[in-house]
Amino acid sequence: MVRETIRFWRQERAVEVSGFHPRTTLLDYLRLQERRVGTKEGCAEGDCGACTVAVGRMRGGRVHYEPVNACILLLGQIDGAELVTVEDLAAGGELHPVQSAMVATHGSQCGFCTPGIVMSLFTLYHEGARPLSREAVNDALAGNLCRCTGYRPIVDAALQACGDQPDDAFSIAHERNVQGLMSLADGQDVLVGDETRFFAAPASEDSLAALYAGHPDATLVAGCTDVGLWITKGMAEIEKIIWLGRVAGLDLIEETSEELGIGAMVTHAAIHPSLARIDPDLGELMRRFGSWQVRASGTVGGNIANGSPIGDLAPALIALGSEVELRHGDATRTMPLENFFIAYRKQDRVPGEFVRRITVPKLKANEVFRAYKISKRFDEDISAAMGAFRFKLDGRRIAEARVAFGGMAATPKRALETERALVGLSLDEPSGWGEAMAAIARDYQPLDDHRSSAAYRATVARNLVFKALSETASGETRATRIIGQRDALQAAE
Amino acid sequence: MNERPKLAASSTSPLRGEGAPQAREGVGNSTSANVALPPHPGALTRSDPPPPKSDVSDLGKQERISGTPEIRGKDGAVEALRHVRKSLPHDSGVKHVQGVAQYIDDIREPEGTLHVAIGQSPKARGRLISLDVSAVRAVPGVVAVLTAADIPGKNDVSPAFGDDPLFVDTEVSFLGQALFAVVATSRDTARRAVKKAVMEIESETPSITVEDALERGETVLPDYAYGRGDPHAVIAQAPGKLEGGFRVGGQEHFYLEGQVAMAIPGEDGDIHVYSSTQHPTEVQHVVARVLDIPDAYVTCETRRMGGGFGGKESQATQWAVTAALAARVTGRPCKLRLDRDDDFILTGKRHDFRCDWRVGLDEEGRIQGYAVDLLARCGYSADLSAGVVDRAMFHADNAYWMPAVHIASKRLKTNTVSNTAFRGFGGPQGMLAIEHVMDQIAWATGHDPLDVRYANFYRGAENLTPYGMEVEETDTLINLVRTLEETSNYRARREEIVAFNASSPIMKRGLSLTPVKFGISFTLTHMNQAGALVHVYQDGSVHLNHGGTEMGQGLYIKVAQVVAEEFGIAMERVRITATTTAKVPNTSPTAASSGSDLNGMAAKIAAGAIKKRMIAYASEAYDVPEEQIEFRDDRVFIGNQSLAFDEMAKKCIAARVQLSEAGHYKTPKITWDRAKGTGRPFFYFAYGAACSEVIVDTLTGENRLTRTDILHDVGRSLNPAIDIGQIEGGFVQGMGWLTTEELVFSKEGHLLTHAPSTYKIPVASDVPAAFNVALYPNANREETIYRSKAVGEPPIMLANSVFCALADAVHALDPSKPVPLNAPATPEAILRACEALRGRPMG
Repeated sequence: MVRETIRFWRQERAVEVSGFHPRTTLLDYLRLQERRVGTKEGCAEGDCGACTVAVGRMRGGRVHYEPVNACILLLGQIDGAELVTVEDLAAGGELHPVQSAMVATHGSQCGFCTPGIVMSLFTLYHEGARPLSREAVNDALAGNLCRCTGYRPIVDAALQACGDQPDDAFSIAHERNVQGLMSLADGQDVLVGDETRFFAAPASEDSLAALYAGHPDATLVAGCTDVGLWITKGMAEIEKIIWLGRVAGLDLIEETSEELGIGAMVTHAAIHPSLARIDPDLGELMRRFGSWQVRASGTVGGNIANGSPIGDLAPALIALGSEVELRHGDATRTMPLENFFIAYRKQDRVPGEFVRRITVPKLKANEVFRAYKISKRFDEDISAAMGAFRFKLDGRRIAEARVAFGGMAATPKRALETERALVGLSLDEPSGWGEAMAAIARDYQPLDDHRSSAAYRATVARNLVFKALSETASGETRATRIIGQRDALQAAE
Repeated sequence: MNERPKLAASSTSPLRGEGAPQAREGVGNSTSANVALPPHPGALTRSDPPPPKSDVSDLGKQERISGTPEIRGKDGAVEALRHVRKSLPHDSGVKHVQGVAQYIDDIREPEGTLHVAIGQSPKARGRLISLDVSAVRAVPGVVAVLTAADIPGKNDVSPAFGDDPLFVDTEVSFLGQALFAVVATSRDTARRAVKKAVMEIESETPSITVEDALERGETVLPDYAYGRGDPHAVIAQAPGKLEGGFRVGGQEHFYLEGQVAMAIPGEDGDIHVYSSTQHPTEVQHVVARVLDIPDAYVTCETRRMGGGFGGKESQATQWAVTAALAARVTGRPCKLRLDRDDDFILTGKRHDFRCDWRVGLDEEGRIQGYAVDLLARCGYSADLSAGVVDRAMFHADNAYWMPAVHIASKRLKTNTVSNTAFRGFGGPQGMLAIEHVMDQIAWATGHDPLDVRYANFYRGAENLTPYGMEVEETDTLINLVRTLEETSNYRARREEIVAFNASSPIMKRGLSLTPVKFGISFTLTHMNQAGALVHVYQDGSVHLNHGGTEMGQGLYIKVAQVVAEEFGIAMERVRITATTTAKVPNTSPTAASSGSDLNGMAAKIAAGAIKKRMIAYASEAYDVPEEQIEFRDDRVFIGNQSLAFDEMAKKCIAARVQLSEAGHYKTPKITWDRAKGTGRPFFYFAYGAACSEVIVDTLTGENRLTRTDILHDVGRSLNPAIDIGQIEGGFVQGMGWLTTEELVFSKEGHLLTHAPSTYKIPVASDVPAAFNVALYPNANREETIYRSKAVGEPPIMLANSVFCALADAVHALDPSKPVPLNAPATPEAILRACEALRGRPMG
């Protein structure tokens, strides 16, 4: 059985759409088809958040709302979900609490970013931790740019409106929305279009494997946070899209005492807590990964399969000794993650093959992990360089080292020379660290680009080796970090 | 690159007494007896009056919370104001939060509207040999392709100098420059069709940098300089001298709403243009010029912009004109909305500068002579660079007295997009250079940077700017800075930071308190005028229109407050309407922070004239003297009687009294003789100061602003909440300019930072939790609208404190050396400075 429409839940009604071009973004659907123009296009690349809408999905028996950038989300990706846009919040004629707070604090000036900010605050209102901290508000707003206010009144509005238990029209309608979402969960394969042009959303791994083997020229879409830009910026003529978001089982997280198994479609938002439990630095890395909107859409598998040399997850997972599992038709194979990346944007993946799962070993008692993301801006920025270190200690000596960097080469890559130079070093003799710091210059010949010069990358990488050793030696980070101090992160856990 | 300033005296600081026992270790300890500057600035300030007694930090809190501070007039009486000085929310706030405030792309398009996309040059400099658009025309859905040959009038969209073609004819001047436009049935079709064009360009090596332009000797406008005395001779003979080259980066506006326009053709060649512009009159005029029709056939309407910041002052025009030309050629409504990347590539930015400076100092650390060459990278055309660079020159002194001074400028031509207005309009660049020089003086002498600033402030008779305008309220700034010094606890924190840095090898903290003095008025005198149109209807509702545009700054609500106040009526009676050239003609752009000053006054004049006629009628009809007639509480009080405002309106209409008025205002007092380099270009100055503290990771250059205290002079505020919003927002935007916002061009002229993924403006977490903003109680000495002061631009420069604090933090690595830090202070720039101070320069 194949369903030839997509269905979503909106304002307590099921909406069915068919006959759309597979590339149609949710934002274009809203603005050009529905003619709901409250949602704005600011950048069309998922960075400014003006197009933020909320998407509700069932998790643990209730509807959870997440913010997404409608500009780079495909219309088909909201299949099975509830869609909430800025027009829906005051549908009863009364402003939503986050809207009232935004007016009261003078949180809008030009007003163009405001609908997106209101929607981010709406999701914070429903999903935010209680009590709500200023840091949590800043995190929730990291994907919403405002050029007028300087954010202070917006943060005040969030603290005013989002601190209590949610009590709005959506809380009242919750049961009806649950019923609505359950009525949409039919487990059917979806294919809108024909053999030459389609948006497909297979419901099982076997359907996916068969469909992709038959159409190896199709574009696999996970969260669409990168493919979205191929469409909006690259004007790519993509005609066949297979979205993995309905594939049963690909979003599973399997955790044992030894390792973490991450299905390819697990989003960054979903895996964040599990990674944070492996090490606070991983949690901090995930906190700074894109924005809430990007983490809610983007997936671990997509980040790996995409093979970006600047993806932040790969270096961290390589340093931890992770493996990746691929499937083609009925055949699967597994390899160390670092071997998956062959050259710039080239991965060890044949046509028709897809990333299925990533396995991350947990840290052992004598292992230490450190990760550093270096970017122009702390939040919502792509790294100039990202370094990850795993040291196995033998007392106060380094017995084994795994070091990987992003942004330093055409692929995420291990620093083998540095690793060799690290082995045997004493944590108590900083005078002996020079060789390891110097070795990194032999591991990488970074490039000049708009994010930074090669000289900066090389200098930072050397300094990060020093920092990782210093922090491992002292066991603390207050004197070496501005943000992400480990004792604070651990206290927050 | 940033050169290390040279000290004249080889080892002894020029600011210390000859042979006085001193040591570098005195740095940061301004109470040391070894320091020639006195420990407290008061000792240097001769006859400064004491700071005002009111607790300014409390005032700030009160204004934020209640929004209705009690403000007393000079006689101590509370002003009887109903709307003015109230913290009313933005007029569109309730609409913004629901997504129902309409921007141009949200207006429901007339049936058959076409969409326009721009075909861009792939080369930065050269000659267009051929352009073949036949494949573009062949794309299904393409209705027309426009090139220079389709222009009925002049191929020129420039604001003044005739050097901005709508479409390239032969000479290609920057990468991305418009060669043609595609008009199609959908935006997607137009954008895809653009790529089908085939062109041949005979390309040359482009000029990209200041140095490229200097080498070629190409400028967009003549060099300009003024000054007094012979600073070069003074510097040569001064006890101390320093010099250096300092770079200040540009800035992308990143208004959240990109450039957009929709043009609808009417009868007889009429055209109605909706444009997201700060300057509807210029759009009207240039549409008429390009289409070769009279101005009267063109109407430009702007209800609101999703941000402007100067980026839509002159550079919204081209897109509106392109849409209008497309509408003319096709006879159908046409819309043009730039993609964000195209907006970055096709529209100008804040000018970046190289500032080559020399300063001569006396024994007490005061400037004796200052010479600066402001080398501005203007891009390929003049655009607004005449005024922008003039304003950089007008602010090269900031708040400091310079006995002998020479301010020179070059408007350099490069093969990059034409740089344009950006909040501050050159002022921030000129001002940051002298603030950097203040820090250089501090580093060379070991004095606290704040003491160096105190020592150099305009005061007493030393109050003449390099351009010959007297600074009439020197006390305001000095008192404001002293107040902020106390409320920010500057001295104690300085000591604490010195102690912290002494025990922290990697993390270094920095602190800086910097002042702002910003000149208010367009420096082109004739632009200082505005018009407003006010109608009172028979039901007592009021139609308000004026030439100012709303870009989020709250102009519309402020002017509405003024009009409601004038008539003594509720705000709800005043209907704010979209700016349109059909109602108020011949307007100036909403720019130069002048919006409220000019339009508020014009609206007050218009409302006042109507009110005067209503009073004259009432006086005669009720036989009551005019001075016994009062408008308040939505009523008109006539002696012992009163009637509702709408009843009075009805009576006036019945009595054939005109209830409509076009008000006009022109700023008094200003004169500027550019040829002689002297006069009074500004009606008044707005003042402010900020104290910022940062922490820097000297291994990576990462940094964070941890606290900022701001005290700012808006005169007597028309709307404190709106003004605080301008101050906070301006500060954060300025902070972005000086820290994370970096524009990178390739050698070929590609803008590599062309979207928010690569160009990083501040986000919420960049703003410190400790962000204390207060208004300084200070009535404007000039007769401005309700004695307020302009607020749009000055706060940008409060962010100079962030840059200087970052340099201060790096300085702690080695107090014996100056800090070679340019703006923007990205983590890379900071690490570069750190490694230089460590004596292991980065490659």
